[in-house]
Amino acid sequence: MTMRPFLERVRNGPVVIADGATGSFLMARGLRSGDSPESLNLTRPDLLREVAQGYLDAGAELVQTNTFGGSPMRLATYGLDGQTEEINRIAVEAVREAVAGRAYVSGSCGPSGHILEPLGDAVPDEVRAGFRRQMEALVAAGVDLLTIETMMDVGEARLAIEAARSVSAGIPVMATMTFDATPRGFHTIMGNDVPSTAAGLVEAGADVVGSNCGNGSETMVEIAREFRACTDAPLLIQPNAGLPQIVDGHAIYDETPEFMAERAKELLELGVQVIGGCCGTTPDHIRALREVLLT
Amino acid sequence: MEILSQIASELECGAHEAVRALTQSALEQELEAGVILERGLLAGMQVVGDRFRNHEVFLPEVLLAARAMNAGLELLEPHLGKAVALSRGTVVIGTVQGDLHDIGKNLVGIMLSGAGFEVIDLGKDVSPETFVDTAHETGASVIGMSALLTTTMPGMKKVIALLKERGLDSSVRTVVGGAPVTEEFAREIGADSYGFDAAHAVECVKELVG
Repeated sequence: MTMRPFLERVRNGPVVIADGATGSFLMARGLRSGDSPESLNLTRPDLLREVAQGYLDAGAELVQTNTFGGSPMRLATYGLDGQTEEINRIAVEAVREAVAGRAYVSGSCGPSGHILEPLGDAVPDEVRAGFRRQMEALVAAGVDLLTIETMMDVGEARLAIEAARSVSAGIPVMATMTFDATPRGFHTIMGNDVPSTAAGLVEAGADVVGSNCGNGSETMVEIAREFRACTDAPLLIQPNAGLPQIVDGHAIYDETPEFMAERAKELLELGVQVIGGCCGTTPDHIRALREVLLT
Repeated sequence: MEILSQIASELECGAHEAVRALTQSALEQELEAGVILERGLLAGMQVVGDRFRNHEVFLPEVLLAARAMNAGLELLEPHLGKAVALSRGTVVIGTVQGDLHDIGKNLVGIMLSGAGFEVIDLGKDVSPETFVDTAHETGASVIGMSALLTTTMPGMKKVIALLKERGLDSSVRTVVGGAPVTEEFAREIGADSYGFDAAHAVECVKELVG
């Protein structure tokens, strides 16, 4: 089976169900806290296929690669930046193998981990070049789209979008940021609000914009409402399964699949075109989303 | 004193050039360095810290204020002398293993130095061994640990366990903090103290060294 071109599907529906968390799944299978999740791409690609398979079986039609920290900037912390190309390629191959044409393969790109000049010491041209290096590897290995996610500085997100556009003018690009609820409305920790974020991401060339991480599904409905009020661009929303509670030193997320699926109905009513999960979500959450949204 | 509140308000705006110039003239007016620090730089930093905690300002404002604070502190340091610097003891700080975030930790470091502590900043992604070895070698009385990820928080527990294992837990006290860290978590892992923000972390350290 071949998939319709991603953006055509996004524009004409039905809603695309994306996957859920990867990190917690990998930790449950032996990834040690403190290790680079992407190092598993080199050592345990079988786990990547297993994660993808879990979400496919749950009904996800969009599966992310295990490359959130796969930019050379992030990999350098673990001395793995020399293997940027290999780490990203293997991640794509593993998901493509599991998916076998039944879902869109999305190359995940997270923040560089640095603060841009002049506030921090990261040079914008170098950050853009680093994203480009990761994205070239993802695109060469055959992703259907790129997802730039969990960004907190719209300036950095724009660099990543520009990098994606320089790798391929035609590849679909989704870009999402993480917001905090403040007395003055939703802002990222760097102080970007929803209207300026939406405008900045679209202007830089993102096809789909929105928010992931940082909030449970109730708050995400409010964030989606703000996005919808200020942009006509297609939206991607990926809530956490609530906020983490720490029990015995481990993070526990308390939103049940049923609770999250009910909130997802509201996202659908707002016209959100791509809905998935972030931290703490499991294949059960994605299965519940699918049942509620597509039946 | 007019000039001290000017220093504080310029620092609140992140105007590091103005803070440097005002600090210089305060020294020329023969105000005591310790007073300029407390009532000028730290007073301004406290306001910014409170505003950040209340979401009235965001990280860029805090980073700019911290830079302005450093600009003033550089001028004050030769005048503060060893007496002030050493009077309160040494604190080893760092972000736990696997965690690359260091904004909160840097802020704590700046404010601890400002409060007269000798600060040894081990940076980010610090192993339990490095924390404990450094504290032991330098005779530090406190280890301050920061985490911004739920996945790296357990690293704090390892440091505390290692201190116990080496019989250092009575001479080296621990304070933990960071966005996902709660008081309950701190208690559960046996940390001596929990700082809910940078300014409070400094208070905790003061209490620990008593």
